[in-house]
Amino acid sequence: MSQELLDLIAEKINTLQGADTIEEAKLNFHKPMIILASQNWDLNTVNVLRTDEFLQFDFLSCVSAIDYEEHMEVIYNFYSTTLDHYLYVKVKTPRGNPVIISLEPVYKAADYMEREIYDLMGIDFTGHWNLKRILLPDEWEGHPLRKDYVTDKKALGLD
Amino acid sequence: MSELKTETMTLNMGPQHPSTHGVFRLKLEVDGEHIVNAEPVMGYLHRGTEKLAENFLYTQFIPYTDRLDYMNAMTNNYIYCSAIEELLEWEIPERAEYLRVITMELNRIASHLVWWGTYLLDIGAMSPFLYAFRDRETILDRLNEISGARMTFTYHRIGGVKWDAPDGWLAKVQETVKELHENIQEFHTLVTGNEIFQARTIGVGILSKEKVINWGLSGPIARGSGVNIDLRKTAPYCIYDRFDFDIPTEKEGDVYARYKVRVAEMFQSLRIIEQACEQIPEGEIITKKGKRIMMIKPPAGEVYRRVEASKGEIGVYAVSNGTNKPYRIKLRRPSFVNVSILQDLLKGESIQNLVAIFGSLDVVLGEVDA
Repeated sequence: MSQELLDLIAEKINTLQGADTIEEAKLNFHKPMIILASQNWDLNTVNVLRTDEFLQFDFLSCVSAIDYEEHMEVIYNFYSTTLDHYLYVKVKTPRGNPVIISLEPVYKAADYMEREIYDLMGIDFTGHWNLKRILLPDEWEGHPLRKDYVTDKKALGLD
Repeated sequence: MSELKTETMTLNMGPQHPSTHGVFRLKLEVDGEHIVNAEPVMGYLHRGTEKLAENFLYTQFIPYTDRLDYMNAMTNNYIYCSAIEELLEWEIPERAEYLRVITMELNRIASHLVWWGTYLLDIGAMSPFLYAFRDRETILDRLNEISGARMTFTYHRIGGVKWDAPDGWLAKVQETVKELHENIQEFHTLVTGNEIFQARTIGVGILSKEKVINWGLSGPIARGSGVNIDLRKTAPYCIYDRFDFDIPTEKEGDVYARYKVRVAEMFQSLRIIEQACEQIPEGEIITKKGKRIMMIKPPAGEVYRRVEASKGEIGVYAVSNGTNKPYRIKLRRPSFVNVSILQDLLKGESIQNLVAIFGSLDVVLGEVDA
């Protein structure tokens, strides 16, 4: 069941973006996972995932990001409330200039979750209506969840 | 007569405001009594929880999950532990799973009771608060007896739970369930049918089903708008598939519908506890490997796991690189996502409805700010 879904999603993305755009398609703990680069990830693809009659991923459950030191990844966890299935999409972006399209125009759920990633990880989401810091003060420097972030203990009153 | 020149005014509600039950600011743009624009401002309680996780052993992070949604700490403990267990692919002893369900459901009722009491206090009813806290105290006593803490339990551990139920505890829980059943029934006679309460809540703050799904809202808010999703039922985790219970849903999508869903959910939780107390077997409460906390090293990999907390869908994205410290822990906090709807929901509302709407979302700031 999950394998069929995975094949179907991979096929849809390949038709839209051209063959070999998907770096890896696998099952992660029995759920489909797609890994691709940020230049192959656009709103067109997102809209297909959301509206295709066999996919219907209408609920964006979680947006997370990981700093892998050589590159960064943004992970979208989709769920379909109508068809009851899941999908992980991992989008790779270079660490020097991490930019990825925002899903906020399609899924309002991405509004705060992407702002949080921008705030803590420093990934730029293009097309977001209001991309600014959300948890940290506006004048904060740096992005704490990056692996090379150095905590300024003096400024925090810890030293 | 020449036209009067009017302009809108910016009004700050908070960061210190009694109805937020925490530190939260709403930047309102008002035109007389009407809200033109509302911008939530948060982060006053940000503690860098996700960053802290990267410096600890897997087990050492559990106390930090207590402090996210401190009204519902058992479920927070559970989601974190179970995500790590999924990475480890461990089997959890039966008795531990039952104790987890009993404590999580007791905690869910306690959380809903706090909401019920404080929400009515916010909109002007003083006495329900006292009733709610009387009953919540009984639950906290039970949880204190098993975990040693009233709110920050750290009771669930990777591989099981920390303590077995003390002698006679299960019988006491059954006693409490009976008592709560009668007391919560009383809530209906006290409040649900009250004309003033209904006038303040029916038809206020309406959320459509489509909006709920698009904004990623979950929990009683979603179920109040006719979204029939409760992860305990739709994607059963732990041992929830063994119990007989319903998912209360309402289709109106207003504040009153959310109220009705939460009160009905308390009865369903009581049903689950009753069944769990009858079925619980004897046996181990934690796997042998779970006791050696230095040696908890999940194989490299990642997993996203989500469960139903009292506020909605709580999730953990756990990434392991094979060492005894997590590489990355991402927390999907339901209150953080749910609070975003205020930007949309408050537009065009009058100020007198603001507290009634905000309160109906049941937001906990410890969870919003992480």
